[in-house]
Amino acid sequence: MGTCLLEMRNIHKRFPGVYVLKGVNLTLNAGEVHAIVGENGAGKSTLINILGGIYPRDEGEILIDGKDAGIDSVLSARRAGISIIHQELVLVPYLSVAENIFINREPLKHGLVDYTTMYSDAQKFIDELGLDIRADERVGGMTVAQQQMVEIIKALSFNARIIVMDEPTSSLTDREIEALFKNIRMLKQHGIGIIYISHRLNELSEIADRVTVLRDGDSVVTRRIDDITNEEIVKYMVGREVTRYYTREFTDPGPVVLEVEGLCSNKVKDVSFSLHAGEILGFSGIVGAGRTETIKALLGLDQKTSGEIRINGRRVDIDKPSDAYALGIGFIPENRREESIFPDNSIRFNLVIEVLKQFIRGIHVNTAKEREITEKYFHMLSIKAPTDETFIKNLSGGNQQKVIIARWLATNTKILIMDEPTRGIDVGAKAEIYELMNKLVKQGIAIIMISSELPEIINMSDRVIVMKEGSITRELGRDEISQENIMKYAV
Amino acid sequence: MERAKSTTNIYGGRRLYRWLMRYAAQLTFLALLFIVLSLATPVFLTAKNLINVMRQVSTNVFVACGMTLILISGGIDLSIGSVMAMTGMVSAYLSLAGIPFFVCALVGLITGGIAGLVNGFIIANTTMQLFIVTYSTQIILRGMVYVITAAGTLRLTSEAFLNFGGGSLGPIPWPVIYMVAVIILSVLVLNHTRLGRHIYAIGGNPKAAEFAGIDMKQVKTFIYTLSGILSALSGLVLTSRNSSMQPSIAVGFEMDAIAAVVLGGTSMAGGQGAIAGTIIGAFIIGFINNGLTLLRMDSFWQYIVKGVVILIAVYLDFVKSQKLSKA
Repeated sequence: MGTCLLEMRNIHKRFPGVYVLKGVNLTLNAGEVHAIVGENGAGKSTLINILGGIYPRDEGEILIDGKDAGIDSVLSARRAGISIIHQELVLVPYLSVAENIFINREPLKHGLVDYTTMYSDAQKFIDELGLDIRADERVGGMTVAQQQMVEIIKALSFNARIIVMDEPTSSLTDREIEALFKNIRMLKQHGIGIIYISHRLNELSEIADRVTVLRDGDSVVTRRIDDITNEEIVKYMVGREVTRYYTREFTDPGPVVLEVEGLCSNKVKDVSFSLHAGEILGFSGIVGAGRTETIKALLGLDQKTSGEIRINGRRVDIDKPSDAYALGIGFIPENRREESIFPDNSIRFNLVIEVLKQFIRGIHVNTAKEREITEKYFHMLSIKAPTDETFIKNLSGGNQQKVIIARWLATNTKILIMDEPTRGIDVGAKAEIYELMNKLVKQGIAIIMISSELPEIINMSDRVIVMKEGSITRELGRDEISQENIMKYAV
Repeated sequence: MERAKSTTNIYGGRRLYRWLMRYAAQLTFLALLFIVLSLATPVFLTAKNLINVMRQVSTNVFVACGMTLILISGGIDLSIGSVMAMTGMVSAYLSLAGIPFFVCALVGLITGGIAGLVNGFIIANTTMQLFIVTYSTQIILRGMVYVITAAGTLRLTSEAFLNFGGGSLGPIPWPVIYMVAVIILSVLVLNHTRLGRHIYAIGGNPKAAEFAGIDMKQVKTFIYTLSGILSALSGLVLTSRNSSMQPSIAVGFEMDAIAAVVLGGTSMAGGQGAIAGTIIGAFIIGFINNGLTLLRMDSFWQYIVKGVVILIAVYLDFVKSQKLSKA
């Protein structure tokens, strides 16, 4: 590892009503991957936004190569060699790779855009990284992994010496993660320093050199990755001993509540499985294996071409989602932002939307009942929010997910389908959700859990169904569940 | 969770305060308008004029209420003016043929309902751009009116018809009474029914609404049909007040409806909004129109002034929401 490239000293930042950064210190060496971890609200995003010139800092210094970097705007941060790759990629989907790379600084010839130079220059960058994309490809049609690469190229084209990656792997397959890590290692070799923000602690030992934990605006500890265990990291993140991360008490399964036989759609081939009361059935497989597509066919969101569904032994017809919900099925989609929440409405609106019948009759709204329902689940799930009128978009990912879970619990669902239940949620909230899931199945509810996080699948599932290319390749019983077995049948 | 902050005390202090804050910019602007116009001309602050303003505002309120529901759902209805004209034409012809007004009015409302139903059906069952659907309806219906009337004027003779929009119940003009009824109906639908919540949901996040099992088709069909019926009502009142029906009646009316809704703070992106804001917005526009007429401003200058004033009103609301998000 090289010399000290970046030093952030004593960074303070206040927003109206909240003291976000209370004197954070961070150093980054050339050729180093320095991970930053912390719960939602700990200050990670604010810190990197200050580094990127998006927010001004109240106090503190940012030094590059030992000298004041003069960061007071996005432009000056760029010039100082800092590039940020946000979790929400900021590419223009309708434009090509080259156009995105050179956006706002397109090469000109006689006052008009010089496309020839633009495309050839872009292709040069692409080839340097050995990537298999064309400079004239439309970004919108690319996979998330490829789009990320475009962002990296863009950063390099700015001669970035410091690249910040915010949750880069949350939407990637394992293979794509490997490719990303390969590229990160190559960037390291070029002396570039990388700040790596992630909730996935297991990745850090593979790719990070050092790790800094942020908690409530303080940089509580910085260590070499080999000198700290995951448990210690979690302890520093949460501030207390987290004895149980995964809560699961395995018991004998109850009666069969759901049977699916021969389910087919244009994405799913001949899927059959059964689900017992009191169990968590994990669905594993790489991205695109057909798990979410199976659920969509089951619920009538996708057209199913054949298949029989039985609930409690009785054959049922599900043509649209409301049919399924009326039968006691609940569905928590994988993309909160796009598929679950109504962002500009209150938490209460979001929570009760499925049970309006319980307190609205004709034109009469029983507001007391509505409040009662809301409060019940606020307490049950420890939802943290100023009031129930707060817009749901202002909540952290973990709390948003709790509201969505509450939405379905309120319907007295007996079969709960959770698609990537803890994606983008911090450690503390994750543990709470695992605890909740355990409590629910103890009460006799059956859960189908689709997850791409192997530790989650392994620790929480009674049985695991592995899918690949639209069909089930294997069903694993409790004793057969292991990383090797799952991977064997998933790829 | 702190209970006290928002959920106690439905009536009284806390909630009223929040309501006032929400419409602070609009209410201030309305008050200013009121004061300025009262000072600018003595005619403004007379009972006769103010009652007249209410009568005029009513035709906008009818369609603006329907438009509020539609904008909250993330949609738009550009056919309103044409539906008004179509209704006016149909009911005028029937009336001139000697048919009792009651029947003419009923047929008129049904006509509007059918037009709205067509809009709603197309919008609910296809993914065609809303703008194009209602724009096409606007043009087609208007064209039909021109063709059928051969661009001529129909003068009303029926007492009942003329009384419908031009008469009063004691001191209160009939249209004001209809307006109160429409406002109550709209508030009930939006805030006191499951359908109302579904309208917010569809506008707030259409995909999430679909995943939540909300019947999008039913909701969309309903709001466009309702808009059609309210447009019909407005057309009847307007035709009645003009005591005649010209094929060019209510051209561009949808823009004042949209303006009232947007001035009232509802976003065209959908997902939030309320009737109260729309009413305030409609009155702002009504006072502006009234003021400009009383001040005998040249009708071309009226356009400019009206546009500038609306821009100022929207800007004030923008400033208010900026301040709030920093608080």
